[in-house]
Amino acid sequence: MIVGVPRALLYYVYYPLWRRFFAELEVGCILSPPTNEAIMNAGARAVVDEACAPVKIAMGHVLALAPEVDYVLVPRFVSVEPRTYICPKLMGLPDMIRQSGQKMPPLLAPDIDMSKGYLGLARALMETSRCLEKGLWSTVRSFHHSLAEMRRIKHKLIAGLTPEEAFHGTNRRRKPGRRLRIAVLGHPYNVYDPLLSMNIVERLRAEGIDVITAEMLPLEHISLGLSQLRKKLFWSLSKMVLGAGLYFVNHAAEVDGIILLSSFGCGLESLVADLLERHARRQEFPFMQLTVDEHSGEAGLITRLEAFVETVEGRINNARNLSPHGDHELRHAGNP
Amino acid sequence: MRVTFPHMGTMSFAMQAILENLRLEVVPPPPITNRTLMLGAKYSPECVCLPFKVNIGNFIEAIELGADTVVMGGGIGPCRFGYYAELQQEILHDLGMRVNMIVLEPPQGANGGLWSSISKLSVGQSLWHVAAASYFAWHLCKGLDGVLQSLDLMRARETVPGSCDRIWNAAQKSIGQARTYRALRMAEKEIRQELSTLSLHLHKRPLRIGLVGEIYMLLEPKVNLHLAERLGYLGVEVHRSMSVSDWVARHLVPNPRARMHTRKVHEAARPYLRGFVGGHGLETIGESVLFAEGGIDGIIQVLPLTCMPEIVAQSLLPSISQRYGVPIITLVLDEHAGEAGLQTRLEAFVDMVGARKVHRGGGVSCAK
Repeated sequence: MIVGVPRALLYYVYYPLWRRFFAELEVGCILSPPTNEAIMNAGARAVVDEACAPVKIAMGHVLALAPEVDYVLVPRFVSVEPRTYICPKLMGLPDMIRQSGQKMPPLLAPDIDMSKGYLGLARALMETSRCLEKGLWSTVRSFHHSLAEMRRIKHKLIAGLTPEEAFHGTNRRRKPGRRLRIAVLGHPYNVYDPLLSMNIVERLRAEGIDVITAEMLPLEHISLGLSQLRKKLFWSLSKMVLGAGLYFVNHAAEVDGIILLSSFGCGLESLVADLLERHARRQEFPFMQLTVDEHSGEAGLITRLEAFVETVEGRINNARNLSPHGDHELRHAGNP
Repeated sequence: MRVTFPHMGTMSFAMQAILENLRLEVVPPPPITNRTLMLGAKYSPECVCLPFKVNIGNFIEAIELGADTVVMGGGIGPCRFGYYAELQQEILHDLGMRVNMIVLEPPQGANGGLWSSISKLSVGQSLWHVAAASYFAWHLCKGLDGVLQSLDLMRARETVPGSCDRIWNAAQKSIGQARTYRALRMAEKEIRQELSTLSLHLHKRPLRIGLVGEIYMLLEPKVNLHLAERLGYLGVEVHRSMSVSDWVARHLVPNPRARMHTRKVHEAARPYLRGFVGGHGLETIGESVLFAEGGIDGIIQVLPLTCMPEIVAQSLLPSISQRYGVPIITLVLDEHAGEAGLQTRLEAFVDMVGARKVHRGGGVSCAK
């Protein structure tokens, strides 16, 4: 039996866990290739226009895997911690794929719902063991072992590796650039998707910039950032983005600027990005939001990245009066 | 304390009644106009959903009239609504508006829960008084929703165009402004009288179309560009899947009949959508199935641009359309929605639905 894992969405968070889990259970597991034009276009054709680019890409990966595997892994992620949720579209994804009218193998789609407590995981494991025709005990044991894998990977991430680097090989951290240190925040499936993000992390690194993402921060720092909010945030993905963002804004020595990469039409990001931007403006912290979707052009992205890097650099070197966010008149009024 | 609240269909009347019965000074936001939408769109994040923007417009216009306290809903769930109030406070603060926001969180929710926010509103009033005011408001809301529901069905049959709208305007003034049970009973009796004497084409068998979708877009006529009225004038009997009082009955009061209905809706949705996806995505699917099983002629889904739960529902609706052979159209609206475009699409849809009904089983496909 072979299970296909789409290289999309929460792959960028949970792949090590899945890989170890299937290995322990002695179930074959293959991964779809990195996102390319063909995958994205196939996905975009198969889902409604209104869906966001990451969902379209995920659909493309599922379609790419479909002819080769017995099952495609598309967990129904509802919640991964109590009283917190993932995202409506991810909750509906298995059903969206099933009802898309495309020919495909059955989905391995356990409900991962821990909104009412961690016991919710038990149901997901039972469903998985039934689907894969493995004993419940060996399923639970494999899952337990694969949790250790997640901890090991987190250490690698904190050392400054991107998930792709941490998952596939390179153990050694490349020498960080010395020019600037910039935080690239966003949902992991936006930031690390090579096509959607247009390799933003690699591009910045090539310019001699040390890039740090939310995944590379220890969780304590994230919760330190979140402690500033009046009302607890209840979306896991946004907690990472906003927690890291607020931490950086309030610890200005950590990074020189923040780039928030979001996909067009993302519901959570529409609120969170605005909240973060307001905090950044109050502290006069350099902040830029980039919105991408399947139509984004590379030239526009490069221009904006270059302009941002130069502004941040300029502010450091001589001119504190360069606006951190583009409000010219305000800044000039204060600095004759 | 001069209190205001956001508009949402008949909820506005209920909200005003509660606050006035608590002897608070109420500044209702002016009716939603293009200016409201413009203000909202200007100061809200670009990609946030339309209800958020209309709320901001309502708040700003009410603050201009002297409001200093805003009552807003909260909650915890996958839908964005739960975090609306937090960002709205920041926006109003950054605009330099000194306003106090009281967020009604569900009892198990964050920030001390419902009771602390209610006690901020009910200074010097007993909890019993608050409960009585809310109970009255629920009755008022049920009264208005009942009238609205009858009018949705009757508009297609009226002999004098505009007579239904006239009754609705009268109901808003009489039922909507009632503050005692006695006044409410009188007003309801009066409106019922008018409804029963309305002259109708009784022989007419209009098309039946169901409205499903996001609750705010379904219920706020100014924002959905008077969708129900438009359909009525096109000769269509409108069946709305939800009203404000339905929502209250299903979520806030232990009402067995409403709970039964909710369960039925979830059962109906099960073959298409396995579980809840936040907002009213699951309800949209379930209600569409129930409509289709009830032999409705067509279904219209309405959602604000970028609404996450409804996008999930939207991608599942074609399966229902195919399975039951019922035409379904999705209308995505935001502050740029134009009336002419909407009217054209509605006319085309109603024509198509009508043609299918005439040639029942005939050639007009309901596939896209």
